Amino acid sequence: MSLYACTLGATRHVFDGLAALMACASPRRSGDELAGIAADTDERRVAARLALADLPLTAFLDEPLIPYETDEVTRLIADTHDRAAFAPVASMTVGGFREWLLSDAATPRALAALAPGLTPEMAAAASKLMRNADLMAVAAKCRVVSAFRTTLGLPGRLGSRLQPNHPTDDPTGIAAAVIDGLLFGMGDAVIGINPATDSPAACIALLEMLDAVRRKFDIPCQSCVLTHVTNSIACIERGAPVDLVFQSIAGTEGANAGFGINLAVLQEAREAALSLKRGTVGDNVMYFETGQGSALSADAHCGVDQQTCEARAHAVARAFSPMLVNTVVGFIGPEYLYDAKQIIRAGLEDHFCGKLLGVPMGVDVCYTNHAEADQDDMDTLATLLASCGVNFLIGVPGADDVMLSYQSLSFHDILGLRHRLNLKPCPEFHAWLERMGMLDAEGHLPPPAAGNGAMRRLFAIGD
Amino acid sequence: MTAADPFARFRMATRARIGLGRCGDALPTAALLDFQLAHARARDAVHSQADFAAVAAAVAPHPAVEVSSAAADRSIYLRRPDLGRRLDDDSRARLAALPRPETPWDIVFVVGDGLSATAVSAHAAAAFAACRAHLPEDWTVGPLVLARQARVALGDDAAHALGARMVAMLIGERPGLSVADSLGIYLTLDPHAARLESERNCISNIHANGLSYDEAGFKLAWLAAEGRRRGVTGIDLKDEAPPLLAARAEPPKLG
Repeated sequence: MSLYACTLGATRHVFDGLAALMACASPRRSGDELAGIAADTDERRVAARLALADLPLTAFLDEPLIPYETDEVTRLIADTHDRAAFAPVASMTVGGFREWLLSDAATPRALAALAPGLTPEMAAAASKLMRNADLMAVAAKCRVVSAFRTTLGLPGRLGSRLQPNHPTDDPTGIAAAVIDGLLFGMGDAVIGINPATDSPAACIALLEMLDAVRRKFDIPCQSCVLTHVTNSIACIERGAPVDLVFQSIAGTEGANAGFGINLAVLQEAREAALSLKRGTVGDNVMYFETGQGSALSADAHCGVDQQTCEARAHAVARAFSPMLVNTVVGFIGPEYLYDAKQIIRAGLEDHFCGKLLGVPMGVDVCYTNHAEADQDDMDTLATLLASCGVNFLIGVPGADDVMLSYQSLSFHDILGLRHRLNLKPCPEFHAWLERMGMLDAEGHLPPPAAGNGAMRRLFAIGD
Repeated sequence: MTAADPFARFRMATRARIGLGRCGDALPTAALLDFQLAHARARDAVHSQADFAAVAAAVAPHPAVEVSSAAADRSIYLRRPDLGRRLDDDSRARLAALPRPETPWDIVFVVGDGLSATAVSAHAAAAFAACRAHLPEDWTVGPLVLARQARVALGDDAAHALGARMVAMLIGERPGLSVADSLGIYLTLDPHAARLESERNCISNIHANGLSYDEAGFKLAWLAAEGRRRGVTGIDLKDEAPPLLAARAEPPKLG
C-alpha cells in the first residue's frame, strides 16, 4: 500500500493508502466520522485534497481501493474499464482532470465518450476537489438518455416518479394518490410503489392494478413495484406485467450481499425483464436506488468513504443499462448525513458522479425527522438539481410518505420547478397531457377547473 | 376543502396528503401549516426529554432506576448509534450493584427514549403494566430500567448487568408525520452485548391508532413464554400468538 503525504508549514500530513487519502479529502460528514476514517481537522482535510490534486488518475487503476480478489464490484470496474475511452485524460492528475471537466473542452459529446473510460473512484476523486457549483456545472453538461415507454434525460426536460405508497397497499388509497399525481403531470419517469407486503402475490396484485390504469388511460409511462429483485423474477415467471425491475444496490460486494443480491442475479433479472419486450421506445428495464452510507450500515465499507462507495454503486448500475437510477439521499438518517448541508452536498455529488459515469441519474430529495433538515432545504436541493439537468425527481402527495415515514418532494414542488425553470415532462408524456387537455397554450399545467374533462376521466379510475 | 372536494370518496382509504389544492403551483396556507405542525411534533418527539419521573411514579411500587447511555447528549446520540447501544460505566456499575434474587430475574423491562420521547412519556408505563398483566404469575420481574439516549441494544447491556434471563426493551420509534408517539418492544433471550438484531423479536406500532397496550402485552407475554420454552428469540421464533380475542373466548361447548 502506498503512503501519500502533504507538508504544510511544520506539519507533515501522511495518509496510509489511497482509501485513507480519499476519506480524508471528503467534505465532512457524519458517516465517515462514525466509520472513524474522516479527517480529524479541517487542515488535514485540505492537506488530503492537496495531495489528491497531484495524484495521477492512473493511480486508481494501479491501486484498487478494495482488492480485486475479494470484491466482485472491483472486478466489474477493472474488467470493464475502457482504456481507449480513457486515453484523452490518461495523463492528467486529479486536479488537472477537475479543470478539464470545467473547461469548454469538456463538451457534452466529449463527456459522453469519456464515461466508459472513467472508474467510479476517478469520478469521486474529482468531486472531492469541487465546490457545489462545480458539481452542477459539469453535471449540466452530461446528458444520459434512457427509454422504455418514455424517453428520459433529454435537454429541457424534468422527469418525475409518482410514488403513491400506502401503509397497507390499499388499492383505493393507492389509486387516489395516482390520480392526484397525474393531475400534476407526474409519473413520466415511473409510477413506482414501495409495497408494504413483499410477497410475490401481493406485488402481482399491485402490478396488475397499475397496468390496468396505464392501459385504461393509454398513458405513456412505465410502472414498477419496488420489491426485491428475486420477487420480481418470481412475478415475471408467473406472467405478471413487469415493466421495470427494481433493486437497491451498493458499492461493495459485502453490502450487496446484505441486500441479498450479487451481479449475477441482477443480470438474471435484466434478462427476464427484457424477455417480456414491454418497452415501446427503448429497452432500459432496470431501476436502481442507491444512497451514501449503505455500505457502512451493512458493515461492509472496507475502509472506503461513503461517497466513493456510492460512486461504486453507480458503476454497478451502469453495467445493467438502467432506465432509472436515483440516490435516496436523505433517507438513511443523521448518523450518515447529519444535516441539510450534508444532504444537499451529497445529493449534488451523487448526481454529478452518476452522470459523469453515464448513469441516468435522478434524486429522491428527502429527509427524515431526526435529521436537521426541513422542507425549505428540500426546496434548495431540488432547485439546484433541476437547474443542472437531473433526469427525474420523486414526488409523493404533500411531500409526506405515509408508508415509509419520511419526507420527499410534493407534486406541487416538481410542477413548480418545471414552470419556473421552463422544463417539460418527457416528450411522450407531455403529448399525453396535451391529449388529456391538461396544458395551456404555453405548455404549462394550470390548476384544473372543477369538472374538467381530465378530472372527470381520471376520477373514473376505479369504475 | 369544500363540499365539492373531488377526493372526498378517497379520504377514508388513505392518510396520504391527497387533493390539497393549489395556489398557483404552491400549497394553500392551511395545508402548508398543517404539514409544518406535523413536522414540528415529530421533531419535538425526537428532541424533547422523556418524563421518566412520571413513568417511575406510574409504575410504583414497582422499583425503577434511571440510567444513561454512553452518548452524552442528543447531538452525539444522533451521530453515534454505537454509543447509544451501551450504558455509561457509572450506570452499568449502579445496575450491577443492585440487590439480586437468588435465582436470576426471569425478565427485566428497560424503557429507552429512542427516537421518540413523546412515545415513552405517553405509553411506556401503560405498556409495561399490560405486559406484566399477561406474563405468567410466577415470573420474577426485575426493577424497571429507565434509559436516556438509548438505542435498542442498550437493553442487552442493562439486563446483563442485572443478571436477567430475558429483556424486553420498550423504546420510542422514529416519528413520522402521521404518528410521532409510536412505541416498540424488542424481546431478547439471554441478553449480552454481542447479541445480534436477528436475535430479537419486535412488536411495533403501539399508539392510539395502532396496536393497543393489551394486544401488545399479550403478544409480548406469548413470545416471552415461547422463547423461554424453545430457548430462542429472533428470526427462529415466529409470532404465532393467536389473536387476543380468540385466546380469550370460551372454547365452544360440544353437544
